[in-house]
Amino acid sequence: MSLYLLSLLLAAGSGIPGLFLRRRGAEVSASLMTASALAGIGAALGVLAGGPVERLRLPALALTSPSLLVLDAIAAWFLIPVLLLAACGAWYGVRYWEDAHGHPRWVRLVFGGLTAALVLLVAAAHTWVFLLAWEAMAIGAFLLVSTEDRLPETRRAAWIYLVSTHTGTLCLIGAFALLAGVAGTWDLGALPRGFAASRLGTQTFLLFMVGFGLKAGVMPLHIWLPPAHAAAPSHVSALMSGVLIKMGILGMVRLIAWVPDPPLWWGALFLGLGGVSGILGVAFALGQHDLKRLLAYHSIENIGIILLGLGLGLIGKSTGQPALAALGLAGALLHVLNHSLFKGLLFLAAGSVVHATGTRNLEQLGGLAKSMPWTSAAFLTGSWAICGLPPLNGFVSEWFIYLGAFGAMAGTRWPWSVGVLAALALIGALALACFAKAYGTVFLGTPRTPAAAAAHEAPRTMVLPMAVLAGACVLIGVWPHGGGPSPGPGHRRAGPGPPRQLPAGAPAAGVGAGPDPGAAGPGPDPLGAGRAPLRARPAGAAHLGLRLCRSAAPGAVLGVLLRGWPGHWRPLGPVPEGP
Amino acid sequence: MPQALVPTLLNLLFRAFVVLLLPPLIPGLITKIKAWMAGRSGPPVLQLYYDLAKLARKQAVFSRTTTWVFLAGPVGTVAALLVASLLIPLGHTAPLLAFEGDVILFAYLLGLGRFLTVLSALDTGSAFEGMGAAREVSFSALAEPALFFGFAALARATGSLSLTPMLQSHGMWTAGHLSGPLMLILAGWGIVFLAENSRIPVDDPNTHLELTMIHEVMVLDHSGRPLALILYGASLKLVVLGALLVDPLLPVLSKGWLNGLAFLGGIGLLAVVVGLVESTAARFRMNKVPQFLVAGVLASAFAFLLLLV
Repeated sequence: MSLYLLSLLLAAGSGIPGLFLRRRGAEVSASLMTASALAGIGAALGVLAGGPVERLRLPALALTSPSLLVLDAIAAWFLIPVLLLAACGAWYGVRYWEDAHGHPRWVRLVFGGLTAALVLLVAAAHTWVFLLAWEAMAIGAFLLVSTEDRLPETRRAAWIYLVSTHTGTLCLIGAFALLAGVAGTWDLGALPRGFAASRLGTQTFLLFMVGFGLKAGVMPLHIWLPPAHAAAPSHVSALMSGVLIKMGILGMVRLIAWVPDPPLWWGALFLGLGGVSGILGVAFALGQHDLKRLLAYHSIENIGIILLGLGLGLIGKSTGQPALAALGLAGALLHVLNHSLFKGLLFLAAGSVVHATGTRNLEQLGGLAKSMPWTSAAFLTGSWAICGLPPLNGFVSEWFIYLGAFGAMAGTRWPWSVGVLAALALIGALALACFAKAYGTVFLGTPRTPAAAAAHEAPRTMVLPMAVLAGACVLIGVWPHGGGPSPGPGHRRAGPGPPRQLPAGAPAAGVGAGPDPGAAGPGPDPLGAGRAPLRARPAGAAHLGLRLCRSAAPGAVLGVLLRGWPGHWRPLGPVPEGP
Repeated sequence: MPQALVPTLLNLLFRAFVVLLLPPLIPGLITKIKAWMAGRSGPPVLQLYYDLAKLARKQAVFSRTTTWVFLAGPVGTVAALLVASLLIPLGHTAPLLAFEGDVILFAYLLGLGRFLTVLSALDTGSAFEGMGAAREVSFSALAEPALFFGFAALARATGSLSLTPMLQSHGMWTAGHLSGPLMLILAGWGIVFLAENSRIPVDDPNTHLELTMIHEVMVLDHSGRPLALILYGASLKLVVLGALLVDPLLPVLSKGWLNGLAFLGGIGLLAVVVGLVESTAARFRMNKVPQFLVAGVLASAFAFLLLLV
């Protein structure tokens, strides 16, 4: 807990020295953020590796509740992308957002504050802490979106965001008040059996879905998302798209963990929303000409994929299919991490393009792969991963959700998950089309405008954060069983699983084992999956599958076989002589 | 153990033969059938082997517009197809790799090949190639659900998520309640097969009018060894996707080598059928193609629905 609190303080204070320093303020702030990330990720890995679940108890403040903060497996899992993206974004911002753009000191201060709010939010165990952190996050993001408030479109985007997020907060206040009425305490934790099916439970659930759905950008509630992501500075867009909208997912995951017996229609609602967000998100993205708006619509699409996974998990929980619950939740949680990595990477790469050319319009770009080779490689890695193509990380999480959908359908109980399969297949194919277009238009071919022709590679402090994120995408893709921590205690209890599980096993087990397996209180196994023996098959199969992906080395072998090429691989004159 | 070693080695050799040596024969066979149907003698069946040998000796020409992505297209596509070929059973012989969920990897490896081909086409900066790329990705977005509905139906029928049990479930053809769905699946996949391999009636591999081409227009700028890779990759795709169609229809024979022969016969027969289709059908207008593909989606979806009752 002390490491976590240290991380929280460092993040919150990272922008303060820069207010008083004449020079190097940005570097100091980024270093503080890096230190915060190291401390926080260390704490998170400790919990995921099976360390004790720690709580912050301040009885004087907590108003009869046992604790204010809890660093359990879910909190740890969401903490990792928050801090990783914040540190990468802080270093990226050093050169990206200089004095020419205006208010760099205040941007750094609010960026640190926003990160601290996110760090606080993931571990909130008390209603008031949750709502205060939620509100701090919303206001921090509003200030950052409106950084360039001299542009009318930015002011408009910021106001739409502010109205949406407060509508969501209103619903959340109502939902939490209903919960507190039932539980008789401000503590967030397991709910009594039978509550979910009651009328009050339904009302609470719908309020939660509106509140969290507004933040996550679920399709009918997404209106604020594209303009806000396009208007914000790119490292802020990366943080917003990577982790801020995931806080809606965090809320939904917490809700799933609290409810012991979700009705079947909850899962069906998740699947419906997920399918709509996924397919329409990518369909709208196909029509965009603004690079950052295109990426923002893809965030909606990926939230849809995550909802599909959560929906399968819920249905598995409702119908008593532990394997389905584990696969769906594991896929969704792993996709949360993966999406934050590759979408952060894509937004940073898009920011480099904007930095170099001054435009976000796809039609005015082109041919940047020659002048910006590193940015181009980073964007290609992100595109590859977001399309779910093997062997990068997007494939691993989508593969889990596919397996869950296939499994549910092959069993006799719930054949309609074939709709999930069809939706995922369609989303995958359309995302491929969209990113082939985006990468091809921006980086390949010839420059369409003088600005694109005069582009230059981004400075090193902008390339390095992209390299870190791209490396993480590749690492999780080719080494998922080792890229993550070993399973937590909740999982070890799970029975005859293989000794080392995929990283997604850990937080899924966290959901399965409840908010805090060691805590006193009702603590029934909320998911029903934690104690049931997980099928060993999926994990073993995943292992095999990924070993197989690694054997995609045939590409390298072919390259060697065709060794005559590199010699000729320089731009030839107009007509080279044939043999 | 020594007894098991010989069949395993033979199986490996058989697979290596089918994946590495056999593919260029298939387009030659199709062309020959078409020539016979038209009353010509046509090019030799082994023509593609000669072409590949010639291209392998030639130097490649690279436009100054292109980057390394231009080369990643052909190399990556063939690499992805080779990995996919490890997963697919060839008739009733064992594949090299099989695990629960390999169908998804198989489908996404095909997607990876497409992604790289499209990028490689866009890398030339030519408007024609961009047009072909746009057609390729939009048509494949319709082919993908057809493929997955078929997988879903087979997964439901066989209770497995692995390609090998799905495709090798012998007796499905004769079991009354399964033969109908299987026919529908094969019809849907047949459409996917024609579209993905850019055959008539979706695309014409022999056309020279860029305005009407889909796949061929994307590879216009390749030459030399990259072009050889592309041609080999296209023929490998014929075999890999062809195995999807042929496997469920083959009977189980007593001896391993007989099963191998049966697969070769099945692939040969498929080539003949494709040749006959190409000789008798005309290429669709571009706006008809999506309807054709939707028919494939519907066929596989109905197969799944039939399995529910």
